[in-house]
Amino acid sequence: MTALDDRPGVSAAPAPPRTRRTTARLLTAALAAGLLVLVPVAAGTGAYPVPVGDVIGSLLHRTGLGGAELDRVAESVLWNVRFPRIVLALLVGASLGCAGALMQGVFGNPLAEPGVIGVSSGAAVGAVAAIAFGLNVLGTWTVSVLAFASGLVTVLVVYAMSRSGGRTEVVTLILTGIAVNAFAGALIGLFLFFADTAAVNQITFWQLGSLAQATWPKVLAVLPCAALGLGLAPLYARRLDLLALGERPARHLGVDVERLRIVLVLVIALLTAAAVSVAGVIGFVGLVVPHLLRMAAGPAHRFLIPGSALLGALVLLAADLAARTVAEPAELPLGVLTALLGSPFFFWLLRRTRRRQGGWA
Amino acid sequence: MRGLKLSRFAPSSRPVPPPPAAPGEVLAEAEGVGVHLGGRPVLDGVDVRVRAGELLALVGPNGAGKSTLLGALAADVPVAGGVVRVHGRPAPRWSAAELALRRAVLPQAASLSFPFAVEEVVRMGRAPWAGGDREGEDEAAVAEAMARTGVTGFAGRPFSALSGGERARVALARVLAQRAPLLLLDEPTAALDLRHQELVLRLCRERARAGDAVVVVLHDLALAAAYADRVAVLRAGRIAADGPPAEVFAEELLSEVYEQPVEVFPHPRTGALLVVPRRTP
Repeated sequence: MTALDDRPGVSAAPAPPRTRRTTARLLTAALAAGLLVLVPVAAGTGAYPVPVGDVIGSLLHRTGLGGAELDRVAESVLWNVRFPRIVLALLVGASLGCAGALMQGVFGNPLAEPGVIGVSSGAAVGAVAAIAFGLNVLGTWTVSVLAFASGLVTVLVVYAMSRSGGRTEVVTLILTGIAVNAFAGALIGLFLFFADTAAVNQITFWQLGSLAQATWPKVLAVLPCAALGLGLAPLYARRLDLLALGERPARHLGVDVERLRIVLVLVIALLTAAAVSVAGVIGFVGLVVPHLLRMAAGPAHRFLIPGSALLGALVLLAADLAARTVAEPAELPLGVLTALLGSPFFFWLLRRTRRRQGGWA
Repeated sequence: MRGLKLSRFAPSSRPVPPPPAAPGEVLAEAEGVGVHLGGRPVLDGVDVRVRAGELLALVGPNGAGKSTLLGALAADVPVAGGVVRVHGRPAPRWSAAELALRRAVLPQAASLSFPFAVEEVVRMGRAPWAGGDREGEDEAAVAEAMARTGVTGFAGRPFSALSGGERARVALARVLAQRAPLLLLDEPTAALDLRHQELVLRLCRERARAGDAVVVVLHDLALAAAYADRVAVLRAGRIAADGPPAEVFAEELLSEVYEQPVEVFPHPRTGALLVVPRRTP
């Protein structure tokens, strides 16, 4: 009981399951509606504004459902600049949100997040290595594959080092994260040292986290990873619920815990790598998003996993819209923006967990 | 629910539920079981049989190996020697899913990583039946288990906001909702007040009367004497005595096992067996 089992009322109100289920349905509808509104708005907003009506018209035209083609500039801005960026924001956001929800479930710990525990930096090591050394063995896939490999190794290391007696305690997890982040940072620094100036610029920019370099080929490079991860994750929702009881009780209820854990660690690495390989390290989305949803609709993973993907997509799309519009014509790095907003939340969460536990053991 | 259905593509086929057990059928047995934990022998040559229709209490001093024996019967703890059979088959040869239809386990301390509501926790007990023929029993099983353990009143509250005793009853409700023919309960009464201790053991006895095999680790010898059909006394990893309470609860044996003088005498009015430590005034 020294670990995270004493957290009275992490959900704000003691809502009975039925109300929670209704809340979940309403939230899903609201999130979907939010995306439907925000996508055309984001597509129309920027240095070259396009009215929302025209955006929808162009979309309908391209999908063969009517509408009308716009002039050449507008079409080009929309389809070569804005839409790849929006699709990438949605994919990255969904991957990060979903990876966060999965990771918290697997670790049984609401503070687990790919960025906090160092998995994002781990994936970044592979990506940076690919850029720094100009590796191109697998074409546009090189960065993704290397990010996946190093991300996977990192998840496994963190998992092995931060567990004892079938539980992951907060202190161990955070300290492991510090160590892993430090080591990954050192490796990235080392690669930077060996890289040429062009690669250094590319890496520095990429490390801040940004979607500014979005292109359709990049979308295609992450799509398989993200789609596979997002497709697999909901299949494990019920088993993740049972895992909240602890490993043994989950096994007593028929869950093959070892296999579940291995599969989910792979899925987490896949999703994190997908996000990191195109967008750099964008922290705290995976932490904040599942948390907000858990407060609103309870911890059942059947809603939490797809919900986190939806809200993650919405949050990242909004954040990217803000990043490219608040300081026009300059662009804020997206990772900096999410960290600015996410860190205080993380701090609050830490304080709260500490208070609930009566101090760290 | 949908997740489990889709994952039928996984190689493991749907586990087959056990046929109803005949009264007296051995649902779990340990034969010459030895268990080492951290290099130290915790159980040594333990033989015990758990029969359908019987409430078996495991008693003994701290560290005697009661919970370890329960863990071995639950197929949690790997055995170093001997064999544990569940429903006649060596425990390691069952899959987790098959075992989940055959035995339910109440752990000593109930914990939960996320603030699920009480009803959701109890419903988790139905997970082994998802997608099977008896999935239709879910609602009834959950409602009955909650009513029996008296937790219906706070069905909507988050588990993490409950007191220790309430948590223990919710955990028990989850185990009952699983409707497995073999129940393994590790100190189900530890966190409970007098009334709920009686309630829980009455429940156990009812389940035994209904044909299930129930194993309970108990510290309270008076409770064991009052409710168990059979008592196994453990001492230092071995069975010191095994039989009906009236036979096993002898003053010399208990005083020796617990290294504490014990008195056993009939209740002046009902004649029921009472076990109390001998205290000097």
